[in-house]
Amino acid sequence: MPGRLKAKIVAGRHLPVMDRASDLTDAFVEVKFGNTTFKTDVYPKSLNPQWNSEWFKFEVDDEDLQDEPLQITVLDHDTYSANDAIGKVYIDIDPLLCSEAATVISGWLPIYDTIHGIRGEINVLVKVDLFNDLNRFRQSSCGVKFFCTTSIPRCYRAIMVHGFVEELVVNEDPEYQWIDRIRTPRASNEARQRLIFLMSGELQRKIGLKVLEMGGNAVVGYLQCFDLEGESGLVVRAIGTACTLEKISTFPATATHPNNSSPSKDMKEPGFGEEAPGVPLSSGPPTPLRAQTFSSFSPSKSYSRQSSSSDTELSLTPKTGMGSGGSAGKEAGPLKALLKQQTQSALEQREYPFFTLTIFPPGFLLHVGGVVSARSVKLLDRIHNPDEPETRDAWWEEIRQEIKSHAKALGCHAVVGYSESTSICEEVCILSASGTAAILSSRFMQDGPLDTEHRLSQQPLCVFSAGSERVEGDMGSSASLGFEEVVSPGCGFCHIPYDELNIPFPAQLTYCYCCRRYKVPDVLFTTIDLPTEANVTGKGCLIQARLCRTKKKAQGEGNAMAISNLLPFLEYELHTQLMNKLKLRGMNALFGLRIQISVGETMLLGLASATGVYLTALPSPGGIQIAGKTPSDITYEQHISNMQKKINDTITKNKEQYEINPPEVVEEIIGSPIPEPRQRSRLFRSHSESSDEVSEIDLSHGKKDAFVLEIDDTDAVEDIHALLTDSPTPAGFYSCNTEIMPGIQNWTSAIQMFTSVRVFRLNANLTNQGLNKIFSDLCENLLKSLYFKLRSMVPCCLCHLNFTVAIPEDELIQVAVTAVAMSFDKEQTLENGKRSGEKTLIKAITENDEQLQFNLELNAESSSPNPLGSPKAPSVDYSSFADRCSSWIEQLKLKAHTIRRGSVKTTSSMEKASPLPEGRSRSLRSNRSYSGSSVAVVKMTPLSFIPGAKIIKYLGIINMFFIRETSSLREEGGVSGFLHTFIAEVFAMVRAHVAALGGNAVVSYSMKECVFMENPNKNQAQCLINVSGDAVIFVRESELELTSVQPQSATTQTSNGGEGT
Amino acid sequence: MSVELDVFVGNTTIMDKEVYQLWLNGYTVNDAVKVRIEGGVMEECEASAEVLLSDTMDQYRTFQMCERLLHHPAKLANQLLFQIPPDRQAMLIERYYAFDDSFVREVLGKKLSKGTKKDLDDVSTKTGITLKSCRRQFDNFKRVFKVVEELKGPLVENIRQHFLLPDQLARDYAAIVFFANNRFETGKKKLQYLTFQDFAFCAGQLINNWTLGAVGKTNNMMEDMDVDLDKEFLQDLKDLKILITDKDLLDQHKSLVCNALRGKTNVFNEMEANFKNLSRGLVNIAAKLINAKDVRDFFIDLVEKFIEPCRSDKWTSIDMNLYLTHYTNSAHILDTFKHHAVWTRYMGVIKSCILRMYHD
Repeated sequence: MPGRLKAKIVAGRHLPVMDRASDLTDAFVEVKFGNTTFKTDVYPKSLNPQWNSEWFKFEVDDEDLQDEPLQITVLDHDTYSANDAIGKVYIDIDPLLCSEAATVISGWLPIYDTIHGIRGEINVLVKVDLFNDLNRFRQSSCGVKFFCTTSIPRCYRAIMVHGFVEELVVNEDPEYQWIDRIRTPRASNEARQRLIFLMSGELQRKIGLKVLEMGGNAVVGYLQCFDLEGESGLVVRAIGTACTLEKISTFPATATHPNNSSPSKDMKEPGFGEEAPGVPLSSGPPTPLRAQTFSSFSPSKSYSRQSSSSDTELSLTPKTGMGSGGSAGKEAGPLKALLKQQTQSALEQREYPFFTLTIFPPGFLLHVGGVVSARSVKLLDRIHNPDEPETRDAWWEEIRQEIKSHAKALGCHAVVGYSESTSICEEVCILSASGTAAILSSRFMQDGPLDTEHRLSQQPLCVFSAGSERVEGDMGSSASLGFEEVVSPGCGFCHIPYDELNIPFPAQLTYCYCCRRYKVPDVLFTTIDLPTEANVTGKGCLIQARLCRTKKKAQGEGNAMAISNLLPFLEYELHTQLMNKLKLRGMNALFGLRIQISVGETMLLGLASATGVYLTALPSPGGIQIAGKTPSDITYEQHISNMQKKINDTITKNKEQYEINPPEVVEEIIGSPIPEPRQRSRLFRSHSESSDEVSEIDLSHGKKDAFVLEIDDTDAVEDIHALLTDSPTPAGFYSCNTEIMPGIQNWTSAIQMFTSVRVFRLNANLTNQGLNKIFSDLCENLLKSLYFKLRSMVPCCLCHLNFTVAIPEDELIQVAVTAVAMSFDKEQTLENGKRSGEKTLIKAITENDEQLQFNLELNAESSSPNPLGSPKAPSVDYSSFADRCSSWIEQLKLKAHTIRRGSVKTTSSMEKASPLPEGRSRSLRSNRSYSGSSVAVVKMTPLSFIPGAKIIKYLGIINMFFIRETSSLREEGGVSGFLHTFIAEVFAMVRAHVAALGGNAVVSYSMKECVFMENPNKNQAQCLINVSGDAVIFVRESELELTSVQPQSATTQTSNGGEGT
Repeated sequence: MSVELDVFVGNTTIMDKEVYQLWLNGYTVNDAVKVRIEGGVMEECEASAEVLLSDTMDQYRTFQMCERLLHHPAKLANQLLFQIPPDRQAMLIERYYAFDDSFVREVLGKKLSKGTKKDLDDVSTKTGITLKSCRRQFDNFKRVFKVVEELKGPLVENIRQHFLLPDQLARDYAAIVFFANNRFETGKKKLQYLTFQDFAFCAGQLINNWTLGAVGKTNNMMEDMDVDLDKEFLQDLKDLKILITDKDLLDQHKSLVCNALRGKTNVFNEMEANFKNLSRGLVNIAAKLINAKDVRDFFIDLVEKFIEPCRSDKWTSIDMNLYLTHYTNSAHILDTFKHHAVWTRYMGVIKSCILRMYHD
């Protein structure tokens, strides 16, 4: 009996009229958890009932606490007939189970009905008492923190990154059960909502168990998806990255560690400091280790270019992809071998060295190989036994193995920015996985099982890593440490990880344009975010490749075969398009690449989105050269030269717009015409990529190769037209699908998150070209509309533009976009700080974290002259906090001493952040203000941060699933009116739940599913939406500055460049 | 090939003031797009007509979804569906409850009933305001009327608090409610020259001086205290008849006024000649106000019995002011006239109303 859940129903408001006669409602509430149900009294004849119920107490296992939602049903009492349901509220208890998240849920939550939408609101109070039982974690995984954010969350520090965790659970879809024929749509929808809630809870618990097994305490980059397989069932699957996180204390433990209390930089030593020989020494031990790590990247190393290796397979005929380069790493010199040993040994013990992170702690990501992806077409069959989801597991297993081997072929031992997705049409399912092959530093990874001795021996390493992270964060460059062999963080990740003599794909290598020492590829494609320390020239922009291909209607295996035959062509063309568009913008690298393939009955859709940038380390891209196949006709040649001119003009214009002017390269482009195309290296039909022999590489970069488009058929002409029809972004706008935009730092606090959905009906009998154009126009027009809508925010950048395409039924294309528009100040006031200018936002924010930590510490000193004598930090809550923490910390086998210290620090940081001494009272207070007359503002953003603000607390994951159905579509404003209302309702419910947790923002928000179905003839429509994100409390930096004005001046040296955010 | 569905939802609800006004004015989506194109927004923002259409439809849908909340403005502040900054909320409410003077002149004093609503298409044709906009404005009047009808306390304050309207707009609505409740005739041809603001001013005078709430007889918490005229006062007004029925009193009154005004006005002769008629006019209006039917004719009576004669004699506003001041004050000097309080209360309002209404 490890927990008691308590719920209190306070009041309702804005209830719908349920009794036509009196225009009033006799409402009461049922509170259900597991199999226990409580009821409130009936509050007669009111639309604003005040129940003020007693505390309903549920004594339950924590396993149930994790799996089950609290279900609150509001009903209208009817003496003579059955009580009518007004609506329901599902409350996820999970955030209350983690001591570092929320402590109470309290506030107005919308009462939701799947047929009528939101019908009034209910005010509830929910609390959980976890009993003091150290063993409780053995049964369940309470206490493991989940984050959607794909980077180390802002107020935490990664002690260790354990690696990939995955799980999937399957069940029958209630919508397809026989009982669905006789029950109401409402009952069916609610069964589905509840089931998915349960399945997500179960999934999260199981993943949590895996994390605990690995010795971690958190999952970062948690990505949960639903596969609605129709007849064959319902799959909920999730992937994530297990980590051990430590909360960054913004207030050092002055009370318990008097010797550490001097206000120097040493104070930033992490909480495990006492295990280290001492602060000054901690910078000593790293030296040999670092040298060792980096020396492996001696000049013997070479470079190469990105690869989008893709392989398609039919379930019947599995084949391996590019396995040829698998041995690349092993043939390298001894130094390299050393590195391999060190990091690979850590990774090879993991089944899958995958990381769902897209942003990494400084120094973690060493080299990037390129994009790896795998797809497979499967035929769905009924899931016979929900308890044994082996088939689905095996499918993903196959794909992950393939990804792993692709990464190996690129000489990489890890895959970062990893994600998985599916597209289902009838009984055919395409499974896709993609990521970026990479080499990671071993410093956050620890090999071997977590037995005591091993850990103790590793302890210094941990300390070192945290310490050196700090050093890098502060200095921005490790050169200052005096390592000659150390690679500059601005270009290091571009250096090729594979053997230059054994390049797994045709590529052109040059010496890095930054350090001139290591080889770099001519183009780099990745699925990760732009590393914060990367050197970038100019600004970036969103680049999309769009493709539509018709296919014949078919059944079963024939259909699967047809699809898998089409896939390679689709991917190839998408890749070509991306490459062309990248060149057209004068850029040389793609970040955040996401290729989505959607399958319909008669067509396949491909949409690739990425953010193009010009990496200073990589060579300048050549132009695009058009070559006629038969250069005999004069008019034909004229036509070609016209097009060539257009393309050249566009490139020049783009370079201007994105401020791409790398010093040496500019004159070359102007001075020398684009050289002869090299026919020999031409690939398929229209696409040819010139590449020198590897041996021809020289540093002079005098031969600037052009990218050649050969016009030999009408398709190529179409391609070029398509290339040129992408309309430029209007003045004042920038766009990207990554978290941040290089070259923009001074964001204002104005942000606007939005979701836009469009469905387009096609005519029958369209050619591929026709389809392509329509699809491309659809995306372009959607973007144009967004720019127009958001024109009042100019100058602004649309960040994290996330497109999802679907084919809801034959002849329909659905495009959904979620993004955030962020305004910035036009005056680049930070331009003078050119050296750190390229080091973008996140960097500045991490610096702020540290800076803040420092400030508060000083502040504390000034407020209490004798910090040694008066430990004011411990509060009433402290002991229970320590208890909760103790379990996972104990797994780290740290001394009790440390635990106490850590908890004191955390509590005192809360005290610092608010005038109230401890977390609970803080959230209570904020809730009280929320229940006032006006509604608290809750910000939402798909990014992991809020500009101009500091996230001070993560309250837990938000993962909500809603179904909405109507049988009066016309009356609700048609399909648009219906969906508009539904999306607004989903936003409202997310905001309300975040506010009830005491939060004021959702970060890393995403709409992972938006399945829309309509039947206009029957006046019906149904929509399913799944959203997720991290609920947080943020504080404006301006407010923080008020509290730390005095120390600010003392720390000006360390804070340079930090204010811009 | 067509866009089947097209929605945009922001976490903060995006609302374009210009489009909102077009929506309020009852333009169809297509007409609104035309107006916007003419306004030049396309060139400013490099947009196409298609984009404009999509944006306009989207905004219209948002407004329609908000409309239900605007009917109860207090709900707008604590609803959860739309996240709208407070200043935006205030703008939405104020504009939604704003009305056209030309429209309100048509329905002022009419019963806010279904019958009147049916005639709105005539009003629409006459004023050039779209039927949709007419209906919105009419429904606003009716809604405010219904709500304050059941509330106790001061009228203007109730409207301001319940509908979150700015002060001036709340006063205008108070006037509309007051007129509708007392069914004052305002549509006659002779009254056409008067604007809504003239009537609103008069309504304010009547509410502040002639209703139950005005004198503070009640403890400020009576129903309809500001909407209905003080019956007791109307009863007392009959006593003023003595001013015209008693011949001595009438002559005395006349001579007092004439003495005071002699040499101070260019229309002295006309005034002297007309004194008895004018005085009879005003006192008769007072005496009849006890009948509801005559209350309705209050303004037409004022115009016919007083304003028109003066106007035909070419009185200036200054003449009018002078005359009314002395006419009121002189009555207090009359020996046998005892109803000073009622007279002051009556003439204060009459004077300011006439002065306001005396223009071309």
